[in-house]
Amino acid sequence: MEHKVDYQKKPAQTPMETERTKNRKVYTPRTDIIETGQAIVLYADMPGTDEKSVDVTVEKNVLTITGTVEPQGQTGRSMFYSEYEAGDYERAFTISDEVDRDRIEAVVKNGVLKLTLHKAPQAEVKKITVRTE
Amino acid sequence: MFRPVLWRFGGAMDPLREMQRLRQEMNQIFSGLDRPLSEEFPPMNAWLGEGDIIITAELPGVDPAKVDVSVVGDTLTISGSRETEPLKEGESYHRQERGHGRFTRSLQLPFHVEAGKVEAKYDRGILRMTLPRAEADKPRKISVRCE
Repeated sequence: MEHKVDYQKKPAQTPMETERTKNRKVYTPRTDIIETGQAIVLYADMPGTDEKSVDVTVEKNVLTITGTVEPQGQTGRSMFYSEYEAGDYERAFTISDEVDRDRIEAVVKNGVLKLTLHKAPQAEVKKITVRTE
Repeated sequence: MFRPVLWRFGGAMDPLREMQRLRQEMNQIFSGLDRPLSEEFPPMNAWLGEGDIIITAELPGVDPAKVDVSVVGDTLTISGSRETEPLKEGESYHRQERGHGRFTRSLQLPFHVEAGKVEAKYDRGILRMTLPRAEADKPRKISVRCE
């Protein structure tokens, strides 16, 4: 037999590595996460994005933030010095059941995404006073 | 610069500290944050045109009223502060990756700038400055005559 054909199926990597269709860099936005009594508040630095270019999705227990930034060329000028590149943003967090999926608020201001993940009523902190007898 | 010899040895030869540093660096690499935390803030880009230069800086989450842009001769200075909301009682950080505090950066430009005509605009977390070249600094064309 001249050509040996491999008919065996190849196992996929877990999780399967995906490639983006757009040839553009993707950055992980720096994020602060603060837990308050009623909510979990998330701040993500995504310079270059506004309310139209940021997407927040929740699927099962995975919260995904994506932001697209169109690279800006400066007409009639040449790049002279560069410390950063424009690119998209992507980051995913797992969230617990205590987050109320229907009450997630997202605001983008000055290139910072603020997400407020309200806790479901039963998960809110209940303070128990300790008495002496 | 003069430094006590003991300190220098202690710093260079402490294997535990080296291990800690290595671990920190490895964690940073694998955390997916590809930019080191200690880099200068804000990062800037510059485009050079015929009679001006455009400089952009990634400056998310800053109150534009609190950013100072000044030009002296051929030096551009940006300063301001990035503030985080102070934690109220009962709140705690799960994660704190964003930097905060005061920042100042100076950049030397390839020419002198007409300070009165500098424009600065802040949009979507990006500060964009257009700095026209000073008239006195522009190259003068000298015509060559033939006698």
